[in-house]
Amino acid sequence: MSALKILRADGLMTVQDAGRAGHLAQGVSRGGAMDRRALVEAAALLGLRELPAAIEMAGAGGSFSVTEPMRVALAGAPMAATLDGAKLRWNCTHLVEPGQTLRLGGMEAGLYGYLAPAGGIAAEPWMGSRAAHLAIGIGRLLESGDSLPCGADPDPGRPARTLAPEQRFGGGRVRTVDGPQTGLFEPEVLEAFYATAFTRAPRGNRQGVALAAERHFTSEHAAGLASDVIQPGDLQMTGEGLPYVLMAECQTMGGYPRIGTVIPADLPTVAQAVPGTALHFQRVSFAEADRICRSEADQLREAAARCRNLVRDPADIADLLSYTLVSGVTAGDDLDRTD
Amino acid sequence: MSSEPALTPEALPAGVDGVLLRFALRPHPDAMAAMQRLAAGLEADPPPGVTEISPALVSVFLRFDGRRTSREALAADLEARAGHVLHDPPAAPVPSRRWHIPAAFGGAHGPQLAEVAELAGTSEEEAVRQICAADLGVLAIGFAPGQPYIGLLPENWGFPRMSALNPAVPQGAITVAVRQIVMFTADGTTGWRQVGRAGFRNFVADRSEPVALRAGDAIRYVPVSASEYDGLAAAADGLGGARLEILA
Repeated sequence: MSALKILRADGLMTVQDAGRAGHLAQGVSRGGAMDRRALVEAAALLGLRELPAAIEMAGAGGSFSVTEPMRVALAGAPMAATLDGAKLRWNCTHLVEPGQTLRLGGMEAGLYGYLAPAGGIAAEPWMGSRAAHLAIGIGRLLESGDSLPCGADPDPGRPARTLAPEQRFGGGRVRTVDGPQTGLFEPEVLEAFYATAFTRAPRGNRQGVALAAERHFTSEHAAGLASDVIQPGDLQMTGEGLPYVLMAECQTMGGYPRIGTVIPADLPTVAQAVPGTALHFQRVSFAEADRICRSEADQLREAAARCRNLVRDPADIADLLSYTLVSGVTAGDDLDRTD
Repeated sequence: MSSEPALTPEALPAGVDGVLLRFALRPHPDAMAAMQRLAAGLEADPPPGVTEISPALVSVFLRFDGRRTSREALAADLEARAGHVLHDPPAAPVPSRRWHIPAAFGGAHGPQLAEVAELAGTSEEEAVRQICAADLGVLAIGFAPGQPYIGLLPENWGFPRMSALNPAVPQGAITVAVRQIVMFTADGTTGWRQVGRAGFRNFVADRSEPVALRAGDAIRYVPVSASEYDGLAAAADGLGGARLEILA
């Protein structure tokens, strides 16, 4: 079996996929990638029909090599990437050959980058998913020296592909819908909440992200609420009235009131907001949310249709003179072709 | 608690692909009883297009597939079912199995037993007797993987959670508040008071069934000594000597 080797781990790296949906009744949250859109884009780039198990890198990357030729997709937070010292473009696939070193440096924007091998990481699944969930003892942080078994690349000769990513690395507007506890907040509190400029606070992890604001948002009815089901995207107000956005590994039941829920389409914007990023919330109707939020299968089809063959910029080619340039003349429409 | 208004079930959107049916905002025993009945009906005959059902204490969350049903249709179905449960109550669901779970009470394993006995207006011995005599059931599982909310204890156990947090309770801790028991699946911090400890681990990731208890299971606690606890807690299956009785 082919393998992806971690020569050096600089960031906090775990295996993540689409997570394990459907186990809330057992207290097991879905988990999976913090930026699910990145997995959609990686799958589209690699020509996959399902979201792959990839390496999620928080804060920094590392150095990698392979035991068999395989394409990898680089998605999510853009990082400084090189292959044997030659610059690689982000949001693209690249063929990595044994003996080459793939280096992924710090993030240029955002928090979570993804390295997705075309065959997927073939770690042992647990409850239907390979996603690590460290807080409950599933999986572990990846370390220097790890060798991750991967499925065979179904088509290593496929041309490199690129895709313009959905914008989500600079904070800004985050859309929400009302939830079952929205009515526990007075109309003036709701109005103030939606008029407030928040910043992403320093506290945050795969369970939830804290937001900071001048104002606090409390409910008179918060005391003694019965715990009920909580979900990624829920805007949970702590006792002192500052919101946490619940993320992939949030607990499954909670007793704090939620002022609303971030729609799935905008949750990657919250995941990728580095501390200090400005965020504001916009309340939308369910009709509007239904128009915006497409299933991940539909998102994947749409993203796949937008992928293009990668045309290398001569400035990025270190050994330009070794290329036979004239015979490489093309019709000039590479960027417009879909295949 | 006695001045709670009549139950007013509401079906409310919960995220873009969920609906929550809620009997009450607070854990009133009547609302819990109605929830148990509603959940049993949903389990036996799920509404069309529902992909996930997750019961909590006085509410139940359902996820739906928007290609097979709509938010409005599911909400209407749930409100009709909830109305039926309130106005023409079906018999309380009969558990199909009962777990007998050995537990050590008091001492190092139940550091707040004395305090709890006082809140419940009884002696420590009688408090343990009441816990172990109660016909308990799993009301819901959640917060952490496999962590059960168990109830209901007799009415004299209706005291609230502490306002300050218990900084550390261990895995297996049996903690009480508001007539309920939470049995910890991992070490934690909590506002609930610890009266005992079981060797039973309801979440063991690499067990063939990682989560053993299901909502609706009946529970009986069986008192054991601290030294017996030590032996039971070492059981390789993580079940701490629990016995599963299949009920007719």
